[in-house]
Amino acid sequence: MAYSEKVIDHYNNPRNVGTLNKDSKFVGTGLVGAPECGDVMRLQIEVGEDNVITDAKFKTFGCGSAIASSSLATEWLKGKTIDEALSIDNMDIVEELALPPVKIHCSVLAEDAIKSAINDYRVKNGLEAIVLEKSHH
Amino acid sequence: MKQPIYLDNNATTPLDPRVLEAMLPYFTEKFGNAASRNHAFGWVAEEGVDYAREQVAKLIGCTEKEVIFTSGATEADNLAIKGVFEMYKDKGNHIITAVTEHKAVLDTCKHLEKNGARVTYLGVKEDGLIDLAELEAAMTPETILVSIMYGNNEIGVIQPVKEISAIAHKHGALFMTDATQAVGKIPVDVNADGIDLMAFSAHKMYGPKGVGALYVRRKNPRVKVTSQMDGGGHERGMRSGTLNVPGIVGLGKACELCRLEMESEAIRLSGLRDKLESTLNQMEESYVNGNTQHRLPHVANISFKYVEGEGLMMAMSDLAVSSGSACTSASLEPSYVLKSLGLSDDLAHSSIRYGLGRFTTEEEIDQAIAVTQKAVNHLRELSPLWEMFKEGIDLSKIEWAEH
Repeated sequence: MAYSEKVIDHYNNPRNVGTLNKDSKFVGTGLVGAPECGDVMRLQIEVGEDNVITDAKFKTFGCGSAIASSSLATEWLKGKTIDEALSIDNMDIVEELALPPVKIHCSVLAEDAIKSAINDYRVKNGLEAIVLEKSHH
Repeated sequence: MKQPIYLDNNATTPLDPRVLEAMLPYFTEKFGNAASRNHAFGWVAEEGVDYAREQVAKLIGCTEKEVIFTSGATEADNLAIKGVFEMYKDKGNHIITAVTEHKAVLDTCKHLEKNGARVTYLGVKEDGLIDLAELEAAMTPETILVSIMYGNNEIGVIQPVKEISAIAHKHGALFMTDATQAVGKIPVDVNADGIDLMAFSAHKMYGPKGVGALYVRRKNPRVKVTSQMDGGGHERGMRSGTLNVPGIVGLGKACELCRLEMESEAIRLSGLRDKLESTLNQMEESYVNGNTQHRLPHVANISFKYVEGEGLMMAMSDLAVSSGSACTSASLEPSYVLKSLGLSDDLAHSSIRYGLGRFTTEEEIDQAIAVTQKAVNHLRELSPLWEMFKEGIDLSKIEWAEH
């Protein structure tokens, strides 16, 4: 299968690879997927004043599309408020990266990782976790 | 665009130019139908086919009359298994095969199960070999066929065919082997190995695609199969259809070249393979899959833990290899062969198969080593699992959200 140019670009030059201090109360960490399924994403956000995401980092075990999806997600997250981040939809990622149908689950995983990181941050800061729709898988 | 280094010779091999040269006249001036008995065009084509039959027979130690040409190994597997089941159904309905067989065998058996066959799928040991005691225990008076592959396409392990055929014969069953990966690579002798039926293909041994053969024993015992293709009664009535003369000539030439060059080639290839494998196996958390004693000379299957196979292949775009990763298939299931060795899903996802061939050079192997090392290290930098492993976290204790 041929990859889109954008997938190849994110794959070859992944943005925001790395690790934030998961114990900091300003950091939310989402770890989604499973090694048995061939995809694990860890996405982290650092939240500053006014609920603005000041930094985002990822590490991903998975295929090229999974790596590209999470790299793109970190790019989109920076500078967004948490509410704005919650509105990122997996189909936006599919469209931007021109993912084929068989790779849609990679974008779903990235959306899950974003929401999971936000929830981790919310719970750490005494807020309720947002109930996530189990619309996929 | 620079061509990647081709290390997927278990999928298919390039056509040897010497094979092409032998084939070419049979597309043009020697175009006749080998079944045309009344003119020179037919005779010339038939001569080409006869000679090819001799070349094939010589490679596997049989007589010319025991070679049935087919469109490839898949058709030969189908003809052998379905043909035996239909021919011998009065004797019994039980077939024994193994879980690591090619889909051409497994799906044929599944098909027969719908038509009244009882099939036993033997598991394999950690090293990919079947357990002979288990085979012996599975034999019943209704067993008509034991079908176990010669060499495995994914991990290269060679099953103990001589012992397997002895067990089958002791219980009055026939022994069939899918030898697609073995014929032309290692010495295969149908008499020494006790083989009654054997499927193989030209394009895995530097011949053309679209042609293969089924060996069907004619003596001790005389084996019969019911034809699966009805028509003009070609190939002693077992496989109708106008003979693919250029393809058959190509298969013959490919067999001859393999017979003459196999010995030195196996030494050369296993040397290169061992170099590739031992160097890559020095990397942290890398695992060689399958038995390393009883195996084909040209295959290495290695798992690089904490990186995913398809992602890895993308990072190694300079190499044409294949992976047991689920992501290469639509099913999201990793390789059933690797899983049947007891490999965990994550290790199966992390596997790469290197298939060396006649045109593989040492320089290419050196490059393949360097490309693999670089790609594995790069992806491990990106891998949360690698980071957790390095921090001493036990990944099996984490509750993963399976999806």
